[in-house]
Amino acid sequence: MAKSPHGPQSPQSPQSLLSLEGATVRFDGRAALDAVDLDVAEHEIVCVLGPSGSGKSTLLRAVAGLQPLDAGRVSLDGRDQAGVPAHKRGVGLMFQDHQLFPQRDVGGNVAFGTRMHGASKSEQVDRVRELLDLVGLPGAARRAVASLSGGEQQRVALARALAPRPRLLMLDEPLGQLDRSLRERLVVELRELFGRLGTTVLAVTHDQGEAFALADRVVVMRDGRIAQTGTPLQVWQRPVDEFVARFLGFDNVVRGTVVGEAADTPWGKLPVGEGAAQGTRTLLVRPAGVRLVAADAGLRCTVAARTFKGTHVAVHLQPEDAPRLEAACALRDAPEVGDAVGVEFDATEIVVLD
Amino acid sequence: MSITKKATVVAVGFGLVALPALAACGSSDSDGGSGSGAGSKTVTLVSHDSWAVSKSVLAAFEKQSGYQVKVLEDGDAGQAVNKAILTKDNPQGDVFFGVDNTLLSRALDNELFQSYEAKGSDLILPEYRADEDKHRVTPIDTGDICVNYDKAYFSEHKLTPPASFDDLIKPQYKNLLVTENASTSSPGLGFLLGTAAKYGDDGWQDYWKKLKANGVKVVDGWEQAYNEEFSGSAGGKKAKADRPLVVSYASSPPAEVIYADPKPTTAPTGVATGTCFRQVEYAGLLSNAANAEGGKALLDFMLTKTFQDDMPLNMFVYPVREAAQVPPEFMKYGPLAKNPEIMDPAKIADNRDDWVKSWTSLVLK
Amino acid sequence: MRLGLVAVPVAFFGLFFAYPVAAIVVRGLKVDGVWQFGRLWEVLGESDIRHVLWFTTWQALASTVLTLLIALPGAYVFARFDFPGKQVLRAVVTVPFVLPTVVVGTAFLALVGRGGLLDELWGIRLDTTVWAILLAHVFFNYAVVVRTVGGLWSQLDPRQEEAARMLGASPLKAWRRVTLPALAPAVAAAALMVFLFTFTSFGVVQILGGPTFSTLEVEIYRQTSEIFDLSTAAVLTIIQFLAVGAILAVHAWTVRRRESALRLVDASVTARRPRGAGQWALLAGVLAVVVVLLLLPLAVLVQRSLDAPDFGYYRALTSADGGVFLVAPIEAIGNSLQYAVVATLIAVLIGGLAAAALTRRDAGRFVRGFDALLMLPLGVSAVTVGFGFLIALDEPPLDLRSTWILVPLAQALVGVPFVVRTMLPVLRAVDQRLREAASVLGASPWRVWREVDLPMVRRALLIAAGFAFAVSLGEFGATVFIARPDNPTLPVAVARLLGRAGELNYGQAMALSTVLMVVCAVALLVLERLRTDRTGEF
Repeated sequence: MAKSPHGPQSPQSPQSLLSLEGATVRFDGRAALDAVDLDVAEHEIVCVLGPSGSGKSTLLRAVAGLQPLDAGRVSLDGRDQAGVPAHKRGVGLMFQDHQLFPQRDVGGNVAFGTRMHGASKSEQVDRVRELLDLVGLPGAARRAVASLSGGEQQRVALARALAPRPRLLMLDEPLGQLDRSLRERLVVELRELFGRLGTTVLAVTHDQGEAFALADRVVVMRDGRIAQTGTPLQVWQRPVDEFVARFLGFDNVVRGTVVGEAADTPWGKLPVGEGAAQGTRTLLVRPAGVRLVAADAGLRCTVAARTFKGTHVAVHLQPEDAPRLEAACALRDAPEVGDAVGVEFDATEIVVLD
Repeated sequence: MSITKKATVVAVGFGLVALPALAACGSSDSDGGSGSGAGSKTVTLVSHDSWAVSKSVLAAFEKQSGYQVKVLEDGDAGQAVNKAILTKDNPQGDVFFGVDNTLLSRALDNELFQSYEAKGSDLILPEYRADEDKHRVTPIDTGDICVNYDKAYFSEHKLTPPASFDDLIKPQYKNLLVTENASTSSPGLGFLLGTAAKYGDDGWQDYWKKLKANGVKVVDGWEQAYNEEFSGSAGGKKAKADRPLVVSYASSPPAEVIYADPKPTTAPTGVATGTCFRQVEYAGLLSNAANAEGGKALLDFMLTKTFQDDMPLNMFVYPVREAAQVPPEFMKYGPLAKNPEIMDPAKIADNRDDWVKSWTSLVLK
Repeated sequence: MRLGLVAVPVAFFGLFFAYPVAAIVVRGLKVDGVWQFGRLWEVLGESDIRHVLWFTTWQALASTVLTLLIALPGAYVFARFDFPGKQVLRAVVTVPFVLPTVVVGTAFLALVGRGGLLDELWGIRLDTTVWAILLAHVFFNYAVVVRTVGGLWSQLDPRQEEAARMLGASPLKAWRRVTLPALAPAVAAAALMVFLFTFTSFGVVQILGGPTFSTLEVEIYRQTSEIFDLSTAAVLTIIQFLAVGAILAVHAWTVRRRESALRLVDASVTARRPRGAGQWALLAGVLAVVVVLLLLPLAVLVQRSLDAPDFGYYRALTSADGGVFLVAPIEAIGNSLQYAVVATLIAVLIGGLAAAALTRRDAGRFVRGFDALLMLPLGVSAVTVGFGFLIALDEPPLDLRSTWILVPLAQALVGVPFVVRTMLPVLRAVDQRLREAASVLGASPWRVWREVDLPMVRRALLIAAGFAFAVSLGEFGATVFIARPDNPTLPVAVARLLGRAGELNYGQAMALSTVLMVVCAVALLVLERLRTDRTGEF
């Protein structure tokens, strides 16, 4: 398992609001969270990315105090949270399916946290108005929860989580149940909102697009451990291993032997650029680095399938005696299924993973 | 302490506080049970659920003696005795009233009572006296367990009502009698003892075989027998009951007159005077009575003419004190039998359980 | 937290149930400090006792089968059909369930006894046969089946059956393959409850069975209360306890299976007007059964209570000169209501805490065992509990024997299982994450309960309270020992009036019974208005 390319951060660093050290949670002997170290600085938006079962929801629950740790510690503002119950931690958590209180109206939901913290009636009313304005639902306070659409519920849940001014806001699959266009619009809104409010956010999602759009920093999790942390760009450009690469949606992953600036692979010799690690390695070829040329040049392939992706077409190529390849090309250049084409590779789009 | 633990303590505390709090909010004037200590002004009477006394009579006693009387009714006669025995080490009250001659031995053998000769004991009619050497119990009332008959049925069928035990096994009375289970019902047991007194230790079984052959019906309790099966009672009439003979009390016919509106000029039922078994009810000072002095005063009171005069119309029993008044309805509709069957409590004690057992296998199986 | 929730109910049952019952059993089995375990085999060896055991078991089985046969069509009709008066009728069929048996025995004889309907029509008299007992058990337990099975049935999505029809199944086959399996756990649970109630049947058997038929419960009563053979009673109590424990274990198992995922819909969308001759005939048949088996006996009580000019019996209730009581019988209504209110408060408090503890997802085996334990009071004779109270609760600080609180305490013992059974399914249906959401927003565990659970279970709680109330109102077995002459309860007053000769006494007993019935029916009708989507098992 790879270490974070950034190296271990100091757990005691004064600017980190949240700090996990060796946090471990076991269910029936299986580690759902396996010695996780993680720091979130104030005003930072961190997105935990991973497939289902990777332990990302457990991570949030452990921080919220809903799930006791079997080992390690969770600190907020440098203070160990062991023994501090959920309702005293001062963090906000937005649940995956919102979990709005069905017997209260929108205003009652949003006011709940401030009420628990002893706010006066008028303070509550003010705060509800303020937050509903903020999430774009002005005047919805008297509406019944059941009458809300999915997107509106999501906004109410967000307003409810924000209302008591938590020092850390945690989001569990915040946009999971919404349709794609709404999701894409909301993610932008959220990032803007958090930036404006200076909220510290720890979000989990299985959707890389959401994570990259939202986060200052992305944490990829696998089997209860952190596989990689970095800025969205860092993670996107240099996935740390085959798992991360494949999780990010890259399928052109192949074993090869790197000698000098070239690697010997089933797809032939690939250029790898200067200073690449030598020896037997795993290589990632981004679809953009697969160039289609005339059938008599380069690696000879047959077009097996093509999928329209909006901005480009993903072309699935079947070489003779080698694994399939995916190429990205402009719509007008895309060959038909069954065409024979040649393939050449771009060194800049090829990453030596380990 | 963590917040969870605090919540725990609060929850437990709430639970413990809740019960006394609830106890405090009721309407009852209850105080702590048998907490009447020596010199206490409360005297507690434990009895069965037929206990009754006129308010004014009880009030007069309270005023004159200075004691408050508290009454606990502990189920029917048998249950009340059994419960008194169970609790004798720490009794619920000071005086127990309601053990009769059929169960007297159970109470005495279990040392339920302590000795006290109540004032006025010398005025008790001699035939009711018992335990005269130790004075652990005081006779209070008496009554007869007798077969009652439905007058209407017999006049309709132009039949003479039965008058004796012997009559009951005659063919003209086939399928007419209903009685109670001797193992669970006080009149049922009394009737069994009456036959045993009449026919002797050996003869009664033979008599019951004939009674069974003559179609006697046995039900579990007096309520079912009288209200559901006996055609002469108010309940029986509504239930279209078809048994015109029932084992009940000599005081039942007067009750049918007194508890009717408008009152009939004659009782709808009568008593077969040759089928009676004499029952005597006793009271006694409980062995570990907290307020023995008060208990003694209460026992004395129960033998006064005032109480003895008041008793018949409240409990439908007869007084045991000489010269006590018997209400005219009693004299008219349900006088005590001239020659009832009687049995010495000691003999009852020796044979009761065996007889009931034999009776059960003979009659119920 | 869990410990705290469990501690109060455990303390309650320990103190007011386990301890008194154990005390009376020990008193019976320990003579002069020596255990008499040999009594166990002696008693079991008696042919009378073996006969009682055999009768207890087979009559319970037969009653259960008969009840299911008669009540299942009723469950279907109440679940799937809309017809005028449905709510009132559903309340009325539940009245017998909470009526004291003294009264019901009398009423039931009017159906099967001499001069009863069957006698008038066909000359059939069942009052001395076992059929009277079986039919009376149907009368009592009809509502258990209608509510338990019907409750689920009305929420089963009819589209599942329709889907099966689309796949080519005949209506009968679709019902057998789709509806029946979904319903089976509810039917099994109802059957077990009926079995439990009839296995421990007391009043019905005592009144209708006479001295020839006897269940364990009746025998325990006779041995304790009349014959005073405490060791035999103790052995029988242990036997019944074990049997009931086994029944409850099976019941708990089926209930757990019942909570498996089913597609449930709102009950109001599944019911509709009957269509076609077949459905109308079914509805008519069920209504006929309800009228004959349930309404007729109840009507007899009313009719007999009115059998005097100008409501004479009712007017007599208001005067105290009868000599039976120190107070006017009508005051028994007030006493009964007060006791029932206190008993209900206790039952709701204890049952609510127990249900809350049992809801917790991390509830371990111990807590789940407690689930079954809460039902045990339904299976222990009232006379055992009553006598146990007497010898166990006689020392300060727990000298409660002659305090009035003992009455509601005894009544609450019977009420708690109803509260738990009613609230548990609703509480278990509350999404745990909703509670977590509240907690993260700053609500302490107590506030979470108040803010999240309470609003959700409020209606279930009211229903539970109503049941506890009605059951307390009708409780007789334990109350009769402790109610005092200056404040008798309704059932006690009825029993005492029935225990005396004279027309007025009998008439007043009928009038008071009618009053009790009306109070019960009104309480249940109010509940009907509050029926939630998941009402639990009663």
